[in-house]
Amino acid sequence: MSALFEIRGLKVSVEGKEILTGVDLALKGGEVHAVMGPNGTGKSTLASAVMGHPKYEVTDGEVYLDGENVLEMSVDERARAGLFLAMQYPAEITGVTNADFLRSAINARRGEGNEISLIKFVRLMESKMKELDMNPEMMHRYLNEGFSGGEKKRNEILQMMMLEPRVVILDEIDSGLDIDAVKIVAAGVNAMRSPDRAFLIITHYQRILNYIRPDFVHVMMQGRIVKSGGPELAERLEAEGYDWIKEELGIVDETVGQV
Amino acid sequence: MSTPVTSLDRETAAALGRRKNEPDWLVEWRAEAGDLAGRLELPKPEKMPLARWKLDVYGDYRPGRPVADPSELPAALTELLSDANAEALIVQHNSGVVLARLPDALKAKGVTLTSLEEAARSHARLFRDHFMVAYRRDEHKLAALHAALWNGGAFLYVPKGVEIEQPVQIVVFADDPAATVAPHILVIAEAGSRVTVVEHMYSALPEGADALLVNGAVEIFAKAGSHVRYASVHHMESAAVDIAYRRAVLGTDARVEWIVGDLHGGNLLSDLHSELEGQGSVTDIKVITVGTGSQRISLTTRARHVGKASESNMITRAVMLDEATSILTGVTKIEKGATKANGEQTERVLMLSPKARGDANPILLIDEDDVKAGHAASVGRVNEEQVYYLMSRGITRREAERLIIHGFLEPTVAEIPLEGLRDTLRRILERKLG
Repeated sequence: MSALFEIRGLKVSVEGKEILTGVDLALKGGEVHAVMGPNGTGKSTLASAVMGHPKYEVTDGEVYLDGENVLEMSVDERARAGLFLAMQYPAEITGVTNADFLRSAINARRGEGNEISLIKFVRLMESKMKELDMNPEMMHRYLNEGFSGGEKKRNEILQMMMLEPRVVILDEIDSGLDIDAVKIVAAGVNAMRSPDRAFLIITHYQRILNYIRPDFVHVMMQGRIVKSGGPELAERLEAEGYDWIKEELGIVDETVGQV
Repeated sequence: MSTPVTSLDRETAAALGRRKNEPDWLVEWRAEAGDLAGRLELPKPEKMPLARWKLDVYGDYRPGRPVADPSELPAALTELLSDANAEALIVQHNSGVVLARLPDALKAKGVTLTSLEEAARSHARLFRDHFMVAYRRDEHKLAALHAALWNGGAFLYVPKGVEIEQPVQIVVFADDPAATVAPHILVIAEAGSRVTVVEHMYSALPEGADALLVNGAVEIFAKAGSHVRYASVHHMESAAVDIAYRRAVLGTDARVEWIVGDLHGGNLLSDLHSELEGQGSVTDIKVITVGTGSQRISLTTRARHVGKASESNMITRAVMLDEATSILTGVTKIEKGATKANGEQTERVLMLSPKARGDANPILLIDEDDVKAGHAASVGRVNEEQVYYLMSRGITRREAERLIIHGFLEPTVAEIPLEGLRDTLRRILERKLG
């Protein structure tokens, strides 16, 4: 079976500095991959570059979703093609309610003439918010404005659940969450696991992987994947840290593009 | 029919008063204002010369036809009437009030809602104690002109302790470019009273109409412990020049909230001032504007703190398109002795066209040490991080920008205390923002 989502030789620069030095990853439908690594090794750059953040310049490589070249698409086209990035720092937007925003996002996918009815939308949003143990009033709050760190993360997962993407990238979704919130977020992700959907979980800590069991674990250093393995790799990293990998590979400074 | 007034002097102003059978003292008062109008200079708003504005059209006294029921009003007027069933309603059509009604239950409590012209006769004492006290006729030429020519208007009196649940609606409608439109709205809220006023000013001028000068003013006197919410939405055609002076004087612990949608299509001079006289008085000012075409917009909000522990919070937001220019000025003035006062202000301009001009001037004038004051001002384009975030959910760039731009104004729109007017406002914004 060919990969649902494939990254080949991806090189990315920010303001002229190369951050990703050649990343290769292939995700099949139904798989959960975790990308782990110390700070400053390029993990979040991978997520943002794949989504198409304007600050990140792809200098080489390819990204395919279902055989389509993602790098040729605008950010919104990537999303409509089925890519979803749960962001570490989602933007706050005054005056746009969470509900209006999500309805616009759903309708953008469905296309003109096929818009979701208001009643159906409200029911859907209410039920998903309940699953995530979110305060119903957050539906009518302005998007991410005044949300706590944990509320923002849950709101990202809410969007994932409502938009039903094919490929989900979670960028540090567990940072700043207490253990109960991690469990709720993980339950949301697990409920979405299906044979035609793939997940890429970017994380600094192994903790969330106790609740979302990955099929593959990759370690990122110096802007590329330096080691891959099964879930046991994450457990060893949790127990022993990253130094043994650096030693094994002869890496002195694992970071990339730092001044 | 008389010829339109092209220059204004003592005698013209007096003649206007006599023609309306106004009391002698008011005729004389208008005459003095006419005299002042000939001598005083135009106001000098920050960075906005008025020399080339068409301000010398005074029009003629041409009131609309009085009606007994909103259903008899002209169609162009009723089309935008937010709530035709409003029980407390006053409608000015061109130079005169054509409808005023107030539920008997409120009349029984001593509430008054009439045209200001009527109040000059029926409530002479209250009128003389308040009319153009907060906005003085000798401030500048436009104030003197207003004092000489004012017409129609509204007089709302809320007695001590009376709370009015439903918003009082004031409508000003112009469709005659030859008319003098100079409404003056006077609100007196006695101690401990509570009222919400929604004022809506719009026009339906004939194609190719000459310039219409709408020289209007609002004065609010909020006595001790009273609470006045005043929402004002103006959107006339570009042929009109909108002069909007708004003033409030606050007594001890009084609270005045201004919610202003200055969405006029032509040149606009908007000047709003809350005078925080009383200890513990609070004013909250929210203003939005949208500049299109070659509009010139001067928008000033001002809070002057005299009372101890008085508070002001001013937020002005402008969206600028085409070749429009807007100058937003916020002035927080804290007088010596106004200890524990707290004044905050924010001016934000969203620029959507390279040819538009926007300027934000926060001004803090503080003569007392023991106070808090803050300001924030920005002029910028649509935030790319926000666009990226919305697009990452599949929303097109065009739609993302539309959401962000409307969202920029929405917090003020959402505060308009009348659903029908909120909807009207959103429609105007859709149209203006394209």
